[in-house]
Amino acid sequence: MERPVSAELGPGLTARLPPATRTGASSIQVVPLRGLPVVAVVLVLLVVTLVGNWLWALDFFHVVGGGLWTGVDLFVGFVIGPILGRLPTAARAEFSARFMPKMVLLMPTLVIMTLASGWQLARHVGTLAAASPAHPWVVASLIVVGVLAVVAIGILEPANLAVLFEMRKPRPDGELIARLMHRFVYTAGITGAMQLATLVIMTRIAVL
Amino acid sequence: MSDGARSLVEAPSARRLPPVDHVALASIALVVVGGIYFAAHLPARPSVAPSAGLLAGAVALLLANLVMLSRIRPFAWRLFRRVAGWALLAYALIAGMLELVFILDQTRGFALLLLTLMLVVFAVDIPVLFAFSVARYQPVDERLPA
Repeated sequence: MERPVSAELGPGLTARLPPATRTGASSIQVVPLRGLPVVAVVLVLLVVTLVGNWLWALDFFHVVGGGLWTGVDLFVGFVIGPILGRLPTAARAEFSARFMPKMVLLMPTLVIMTLASGWQLARHVGTLAAASPAHPWVVASLIVVGVLAVVAIGILEPANLAVLFEMRKPRPDGELIARLMHRFVYTAGITGAMQLATLVIMTRIAVL
Repeated sequence: MSDGARSLVEAPSARRLPPVDHVALASIALVVVGGIYFAAHLPARPSVAPSAGLLAGAVALLLANLVMLSRIRPFAWRLFRRVAGWALLAYALIAGMLELVFILDQTRGFALLLLTLMLVVFAVDIPVLFAFSVARYQPVDERLPA
C-alpha cells in the first residue's frame, strides 16, 4: 500500500507526495501501463467497426465515447476542479499524481472513439451531406470539437505532462506545478460551454 | 558542465526560451480550422484554396518551430526525444485511424492528399508541443539533437 511522504515543493511550500518522489527516480507512471491493453482492445474493436461499417456499433462507439468525454469533462471541470482548488497544495499534489496519469490514457481514447465513429456515422446516415437538414448542426459540432481539441491538446495536455514530470523530480517545484494547474481553471469555462453546446447539438440532430 | 548549464540544472523553469509551444499551438489551430472547413464541405468537392492556404501556414509554423528548437542549447534533449517519440507513436496511431476513416469513406485524389498532409502536420506538431512543454522544465543534459 502506498504511503505518502513529505517532500519539499520549492520555496515555502511543503507537500506530501507519493513515495515515488522520495526516491528521486520516481515511479509515478506518466502513462499507466496496465491500461494499455484495454486501450488496445478498444482501438481494435473500433477499427473492426469502422471497416465493417456497422450502424449499431458505430452508434455505440459514438454515444459511449461522446457521453463519457462530455461527462468526464464537465465532472472534472465543475465538480473535481473546484474541490481540488480548495485543497491544500499537499493534497492537490497527492491527488494529481494518481489522477492525471489515468487522464493521459482515458481522454485520447475517448476522443478518437467519438470522432472516428462519429464521422463514419454521419456519412452512413447522410447527415454530412449539404442537403441534409442536420448538416448545419454537424458543422457546428465540428467547430465545437475543433475548439475542444485545441484547448485539450494545445493547453491542457502539455500542462498535465509537465506537472507529472515535475512531480517525478526529487524536489518538485510547487510554484511551477500550481502555475501549470491554473490552466485547468482558466479553460474550465471554455470546455464546459463547448460540452454543453455538444449536448444541445447532438440532441437536436437526434430529432431531425 | 559550464556555469550556465549548472544554473539551468538548478532552476530550469527560470529560463527564457523561444515560444515553441505558442507556435505549435498556432500551427495546430490552423490545421484544425482547415480540416473543419474541408470536412464541412465533404462529400461535395470543396474549394481547396482556403484549406491549402491554412495548411501552408501550419507547415511554415511547424518548420519555423523546428528551426527554433534546433537552436536551443543546452536543453533536456534526451527527455525531449523520449516524450516526442512516444507522443509521435500515439498520435500517428490516432491520425492513422482518421486516415482510415477518410479512405473507407471513398475520399480520393487531392482531397485525400490535403487531409493526409493535415494529419501529418497535426501528428508532428503535437509531439513537439508535448516534448517541449516537458523538457523546458527539466535539467539540461547538454546533448545536442541528433
